[in-house]
Amino acid sequence: MNRHIKNYALVILFIALSIASYFMGFRPGVVVYSNFGEFFMEMVSFIPFLFIIIGLFDVWVPKEKLQKHVGEKSGIEGIVLVIFLAMLQAGPLYGAFPVAYILHKKGASVKNIFIYLGAFSSMKIPMLGIEIGYLGIEFTILRTLISLPLFIIIGYIMEKIVGRDFKINDVRA
Amino acid sequence: MLNNTIIFGIFTVAVLIASLVLDKNKTVLGLKRGGRMFFNILHPFLNILILISVALFFIPSALIAEYLGANSGWPGFIIAAIIGSITLIPGFVSYPLAATLLKQGASYGVVAVFITTLMMVGVVTLPLEIKYFGRKTAVLRNAFNFVAALIIGIIMGWLM
Repeated sequence: MNRHIKNYALVILFIALSIASYFMGFRPGVVVYSNFGEFFMEMVSFIPFLFIIIGLFDVWVPKEKLQKHVGEKSGIEGIVLVIFLAMLQAGPLYGAFPVAYILHKKGASVKNIFIYLGAFSSMKIPMLGIEIGYLGIEFTILRTLISLPLFIIIGYIMEKIVGRDFKINDVRA
Repeated sequence: MLNNTIIFGIFTVAVLIASLVLDKNKTVLGLKRGGRMFFNILHPFLNILILISVALFFIPSALIAEYLGANSGWPGFIIAAIIGSITLIPGFVSYPLAATLLKQGASYGVVAVFITTLMMVGVVTLPLEIKYFGRKTAVLRNAFNFVAALIIGIIMGWLM
């Protein structure tokens, strides 16, 4: 309970100040609130749907199974698989480092590990859903299509430069 | 906006029905997971919406258009790239911010640089990344991604 109050402290304060602004006729407060109202409506118009999809996705797609086999595949198949695995993930980039460690142990190439990190950073399906909602499908598709070859190139360059003495440490937080 | 909502809604309902027909228990589990993820992001999301609402009141859109707009040229790209690299804003929160910048007159290219550097380059998380990959690899990865983000922005600005 305490945690919830802490998490929503700013929201509660904001609502209280908005109500006060309304009754006292404090115009800046009302303007800020109407900005917020617009953003809020925008958000509730698609974010709940998105999370239903993400949740269902999570139970239907066998992520662990895929992870096990990524290391064995090489060539184009390996690249496609590693990108697909990355797209199924969620969370910030530093959350991908432990997965990179596992992939490395399972035999994924240096190139594929960096392609994984690239795809993880900007092609996660939940993120793409939000991006489409806010910036439009055209922006999202173009950005993804431009990013993809760059990640693959970075993968090749990284393998060339650091490939020989590459290692990943198992860092436990 | 409304059209998007309807399309998204119909798609979601269709997926939900298909999932229910295939496996009821799995579907319930999926909905629970989705719900939990939603509530995990809800308060940071609302907080950022509040901050943007307040910032919008104080920052005139002319200023955003001047520094991040189509005519801002290189400085706009560099500002966006540096802010995107050093701040640690969760991805889902960066999109409403990016959409607001666009509405206020920032160019597509600048916004693309901002969100791509946010996603791919992490100065704050660099020490952690070094622990995993070693200094040389971590610094190189960030440097290459920084360059890639600029390229993405330039092409996006040129296409859109």
